[in-house]
Amino acid sequence: MTPKDSAPRTLFDKLWDSHVITMREDGEALLWVDRHFVHEGSHHAFRKLDEKARGVAEPSLTFGVADHYVPTRGRPVIADPEIGQMVERLKRNTTKHGIRLFGLDDPAQGIVHVVGPEQGLTLPGLLIVCGDSHTSTHGALGAFAFGIGASEVAHVLMTQTLWQRKPKRMRILVDGTLGAHITAKDLALHVIATIGADGARGHALEYAGEAIANLSIEGRLTLCNMSIEAGARCAMVSPDAATIAYLEGRPYAPKGEVMEAAIVAWLALASDPDAVFDRELRMNAADVAPTITWGVSPEDSLPITASVPSPEGSTQRQKYLMEALAYMGLEAGRALVGIPVDRVFIGSCTNARIEDLRAAASVLKGRKARVPGLVSPGSSAVKRMAEAEGLDRIFTDAGLTFADSGCSMCVGMNGDLAASGERVASTTNRNFRGRQGVGARTHLMSPAMVAAAAVTGCLTDVRALLLVEG
Amino acid sequence: MVPFTTLNALACPLGLENVDTDQLIPARFMSRPRDAGYGGFLLHDQRVGPDGASRGSILDNKAYAGAAIMVARRNFGTGSSREAAVYALWDFGIRCVIAPSFGDIFASNAVKNGLLPAQVSEVAADAILEWLAAASGRMITVDLQACSVVCGNRSYPFVIDPVRRLQLLNGWDDLDLTLQHEAAIKRYGENRRREHAWVVPAVS
Ligand code: SF4
Repeated sequence: MTPKDSAPRTLFDKLWDSHVITMREDGEALLWVDRHFVHEGSHHAFRKLDEKARGVAEPSLTFGVADHYVPTRGRPVIADPEIGQMVERLKRNTTKHGIRLFGLDDPAQGIVHVVGPEQGLTLPGLLIVCGDSHTSTHGALGAFAFGIGASEVAHVLMTQTLWQRKPKRMRILVDGTLGAHITAKDLALHVIATIGADGARGHALEYAGEAIANLSIEGRLTLCNMSIEAGARCAMVSPDAATIAYLEGRPYAPKGEVMEAAIVAWLALASDPDAVFDRELRMNAADVAPTITWGVSPEDSLPITASVPSPEGSTQRQKYLMEALAYMGLEAGRALVGIPVDRVFIGSCTNARIEDLRAAASVLKGRKARVPGLVSPGSSAVKRMAEAEGLDRIFTDAGLTFADSGCSMCVGMNGDLAASGERVASTTNRNFRGRQGVGARTHLMSPAMVAAAAVTGCLTDVRALLLVEG
Repeated sequence: MVPFTTLNALACPLGLENVDTDQLIPARFMSRPRDAGYGGFLLHDQRVGPDGASRGSILDNKAYAGAAIMVARRNFGTGSSREAAVYALWDFGIRCVIAPSFGDIFASNAVKNGLLPAQVSEVAADAILEWLAAASGRMITVDLQACSVVCGNRSYPFVIDPVRRLQLLNGWDDLDLTLQHEAAIKRYGENRRREHAWVVPAVS
């Protein structure tokens, strides 16, 4: 039984305890899953169901989203038959098992990690899984959310449960206030550069402190989204008044008396004052500059004011740096500012919510992009909102393409790709080799920084741009 | 699942760090059905140039043909949760990856498919890589009972979660185990809905 009034507990402890169905002697717990999201990539898992001739245990807690493969232009036609088949297969599988699908033609369609919170399917206190590593995003609302592989997806479909060992608890406290034009994305890259791409491995990561409390929900979603790039099992922020305000009135969120009871439960989730973490880190928001990646891992991040690093350290480290620079086509020691880019992309579950589009549009307004670029809103709802605010016009007037919602150039499965050797300023989450296309060179940064790169045609400190041009 | 006890096999010294799952299998191959075999997609873009020509990767070096063990550096399998990364390794013939650290989701996916992620110290990884580099075609013995990697006359310990170790040793499938708890699961689900009405998705 849970020691309710005795030992102080962290947010994560509370989330964990409330989902344990049974514990095995060896320490593995069988956990209940409150929400399960599937997408086109889940076809391997559905096939496992067919092989075992089993059904879906809780179709009403399972939601399908078409995002990874959907085209961003020319809908509803899907030109590539192989891609069309992926979208069709998801439709077939969800229909067969009675699962609600946010499909290609659904007004609520979008990227799974944008749709969940936006529809009020993601709530504080829930355990949420999806066969996608960026499921950590949903923790921004105080949920216990993590990505799983296809075997686990199949297990959840069949049983609505998962075997897990409790991860360690880690907290990052961020004091102070982020500077002007410095966003959750910059903070996330700063954290990853500080602790490394495996710095939070095996840990459930909670963010707290003044800077986090002052982040919008959109910002918290970005921060928790990127936490997988620090290796965290999951990431979270305690639900507060901002969380509740964000959720009120969302289609699938509780209403009336049920909502009132929910709010009481949610506000009790915050880590107790004396709760102990296995690891704790403290940083100051004032130390965060606009941050971008220069290499091939999100940990290869630096303030925009820095220079491309020179190979130094151990032989192994030098080799890594040299290979990364060769792939990126960069010369050691040159300033990051001024490196020409070929293309920009604003999109993905990291940075394509309305606040992100507004930030990019505020930089692009009245300016022209010097390079081509694509804007793919995080969801169809975000797209409509952007159009209602006239942001679409700002993007197209600047010369960028404003398209439909999907994963698009974050992963390129739908064919939205950069050419080999092209340098892309991107709001996405992974600068891995080949992620945006074979030989494509990705620099991760915030939406405002991508917009600044579009305007100048090179990596730019958005603060300087706004200062100079007014 | 095939049980894993000991493996004596040719080892391929990949020796890279941060080998993410996007590299292990580029996204564009993941729509293919598994029956076709995923081995050819393993580290595809490092092995094959845009023109289709071989890039002379160690994976295609004849000296390592048939390798069932791969040795890499820190943060192997980081990134995307794609289990297809494990399928690519498995279909290529790899049964064990030795590295100083693994992406969490990758390690879990690996075990569920019978592939052993053996975590050694940085120092041990360096030593193993050096030993393999000294002469091609060297064999390694990985003993999951003893949790050791034996290279010639040297032995290095590795760590793996005890539960995962048992699963691999016995070739257990999670589902069989879970189904023994069916009644408890049903009870939990009913209680949760009754005690916390807000967990049920509101019908919009
Ligand atoms: S936008 Fe990118 S990171 Fe997010 S779910 Fe889609 S592919 Fe994954």
